[in-house]
Amino acid sequence: MVEFALPKNSRPVAGKVWPRPATSKDVREFRVYRWNPDDGQNPRIDTYFVDMDDCGPMVLDAIIWIKTKVDPTLTFRRSCREGICGSCAMNIDGMNTLACTKDMSTINGAVKIYPLPHLSVIKDLVPDLTTFYAQHASIEPWLKTDTPQPEKEWGQSPGDRSKLDGLYECILCACCSTSCPSYWWNGDRYLGPAALLQAYRWLADSRDEGTGERLDNLEDPFRLYRCHTIMNCAKTCPKGLNPAKAIAEIKNMMISRQV
Amino acid sequence: MANASAANGSSAPGVNGSAYPITDHTFDVIVVGAGGAGLRATVGCSQAGLRTACISKVFPTRSHTVAAQGGISAALGNMGPDDWRWHMYDTVKGSDWLGDQDSIEYLCRNAPAAVYELEHWGVPFSRTEEGKIYQRPFGGMTTDYGKGTAQRTCAAADRTGHAILHTLYGQALRNKTEFFIEYFAIDLIMDEEGRCRGVVCIKMDDGSIHRFRAAQTILATGGYGRAYFSATSAHTCTGDGNAMVLRAGLPLQDMEFVQFHPTGIYGSGCLITEGARGEGGYVTNAQGERFMERYAPSAKDLASRDVVSRAMTIEIREGRGVGKDADHIYLHLEHLDPKILHERLPGISESARIFAGVDVTKEPIPVLPTVHYNMGGIQTNYHGEVVTKKAGDPDFIVPGLMALGEAACVSIHGANRLGSNSLIDLVVFGRAAGMRVAQLVKPGESQPELPKDSADKSLSRLDKYRWSKGGTPTAQLREKMQRTMQNNCAVFRTGEVLEEGSKLIHEVWEGIGDIAITDRSLIWNSDLLETLEFDNLIIQAVVTMDSAVERQESRGAHAREDFPDRDDVNWMKHTLAWANDETKKISIDFRPVHTYTMTNEISYIEPKARVY
Repeated sequence: MVEFALPKNSRPVAGKVWPRPATSKDVREFRVYRWNPDDGQNPRIDTYFVDMDDCGPMVLDAIIWIKTKVDPTLTFRRSCREGICGSCAMNIDGMNTLACTKDMSTINGAVKIYPLPHLSVIKDLVPDLTTFYAQHASIEPWLKTDTPQPEKEWGQSPGDRSKLDGLYECILCACCSTSCPSYWWNGDRYLGPAALLQAYRWLADSRDEGTGERLDNLEDPFRLYRCHTIMNCAKTCPKGLNPAKAIAEIKNMMISRQV
Repeated sequence: MANASAANGSSAPGVNGSAYPITDHTFDVIVVGAGGAGLRATVGCSQAGLRTACISKVFPTRSHTVAAQGGISAALGNMGPDDWRWHMYDTVKGSDWLGDQDSIEYLCRNAPAAVYELEHWGVPFSRTEEGKIYQRPFGGMTTDYGKGTAQRTCAAADRTGHAILHTLYGQALRNKTEFFIEYFAIDLIMDEEGRCRGVVCIKMDDGSIHRFRAAQTILATGGYGRAYFSATSAHTCTGDGNAMVLRAGLPLQDMEFVQFHPTGIYGSGCLITEGARGEGGYVTNAQGERFMERYAPSAKDLASRDVVSRAMTIEIREGRGVGKDADHIYLHLEHLDPKILHERLPGISESARIFAGVDVTKEPIPVLPTVHYNMGGIQTNYHGEVVTKKAGDPDFIVPGLMALGEAACVSIHGANRLGSNSLIDLVVFGRAAGMRVAQLVKPGESQPELPKDSADKSLSRLDKYRWSKGGTPTAQLREKMQRTMQNNCAVFRTGEVLEEGSKLIHEVWEGIGDIAITDRSLIWNSDLLETLEFDNLIIQAVVTMDSAVERQESRGAHAREDFPDRDDVNWMKHTLAWANDETKKISIDFRPVHTYTMTNEISYIEPKARVY
């Protein structure tokens, strides 16, 4: 259940201000959430200064620059650096997005970086995604068929295949789910936009024969129906997908099977 | 834990390694790595009723298979006549005759079944009008033994790796795989008889040590692209399995063969799929010339990757590069129908916009040959079993150990991999490994006790770096290594440049004694993990450079300007390199290429000149 205010020991306090690079002309200020699980202290906001002449254009370039040149203890996940693996999701300038595809020139003033909201923090910008992954697994993300498999591929027309566009591209970065107030409130029982987008990806697949079972699995006051079309998910998705629309489609399927 | 000394984890145990508490696990099989090969093997082992653990340093869908774009090759014949034998011929020619032809036969004849299986599991392949899997042309893929252009590369738009990896992850869930996610493997456990008995890992989110015992250990840990300064590879592509194998006293094979992908985005190095050229794209120089017509009159822009990368490098070197510094090349897609771009190349259209500020419907993408793939790796046979050269036997099986995917060197890619042959490598040999393990291991079979010192090596390695207090931060050494590899072991090589490179890279390796890390904690200590990864990278970098010094010929991706021709008399052989982490010495030996096929349905393809 949601908490209206952060517990006392989770409230960020002012942190360390790290030295400015001595000689550089173009310097950018970063304010980054830090939390060390070992020291028993509150989280803090550290201030770093990045030499933009020595750094790539993306936020990920900047935090790697900080880790490489200033503070090796700064901790975050990253991998592909091209927006396809979903590792470096974080809250940047007030929005959940991928650090690797977030261009710093689109941000005014100091760049503020926090972990994805409303998740337990393991360290610094690394949140605990265990529940998020379990919710994704719960929608049974695989093709269900009863018809004996053909020798070659299942047939699927280009038109049917195009129904998966905007669904299958999800990278499970969790930006959408952790931007959703309803998920903040009922994250333990509401599946959240990412898992539901994937639920619809399989419902929309012309090859899949598990529709009834899949809908039964979602027919629940919380799992599906806690979506209140707030639409933060669609606004924040770094891949330009629209989970809210997929959720509406599932609700439609629920209704049409009842009439 | 409020006292000051605890603040940086220094209150945790670990004075000499033996103080780390260990959690023990026993499985029939453990798979290290959860990319395409690791997950496919995991699914196979689970389906065979074996108790299987899949260990990965990243959540499975973050593995670098996710970034594969263009497609997966298989002679399905959906777009016109095709034959697995033609695929085999292309792969042998692509490998510049360094590939083992028994393994290549295994790959190509089993490719269609592996792709249909993926489709049955739900991969959202693009479709033809008849509802079949869409296949596109790719570099080096021909019909009728080089006569025509084949459309053999099965595609899910330009996100094929993503589609496959997410589907395989779903199948692993369906088969109730036990995952150990965000566990970092430190070293293999080898017993006195040379059998692999498992692996020691650190759990990243709490720093606890986990010792996995298994009848079979499968390494599917990917390539080591990050040994270079500019690579399409993810930050996590550090070849951890390769390095563990070297430290276990086993060799790596053909490490001098590093593939440069012709079209990495200039600056960021992000990949633009070869499928862009498959769909009709082409490259030009500063004069607007389609120069590939000169270098590969028949295949042109769809020549093999090594050929196109060399051509681009020559154009730039001779002053015909584009841009302010005349240091890159243009890739044109603006002549293609925007509908095709939207339908078949949406991902790279997005990448070009984000990373090059280019609207592909209007202007060309600035590109440069960029490190992309390691043909070399852990020597295996086509069942995935690790082999080594021992007592005169060049194919001696190392019991208990297997390797797959980019980490392995089966060898099917030889001196140069063809585009779309890596994804098929993952699933064909992932599947083969699962079948092999099912033959070798009985579910629940009792396993002998581990040697007493089974975790010592791993823990002392961990502890050494955790408390390292030298004068050189990891990032500094890592950059030195990356610059050296980029400068001295690139598209074109000479003896002189390689010799210098060898000296420099050995200096970096020696420099590891002076390494310094800042974060001493155990919980998500990425400073420490990046140091372990650097330690893994540098040993492979050294092996790569020294193998390249050794090979005095030009073959596939290894282009020696001082030895411009392929020399089948002296060099039709695989390089094996051993590294001693203590003495920092490399030793090199060779083993013969398999000049025979698996069955008599195709005969050995004799070497000839490689012209595209």
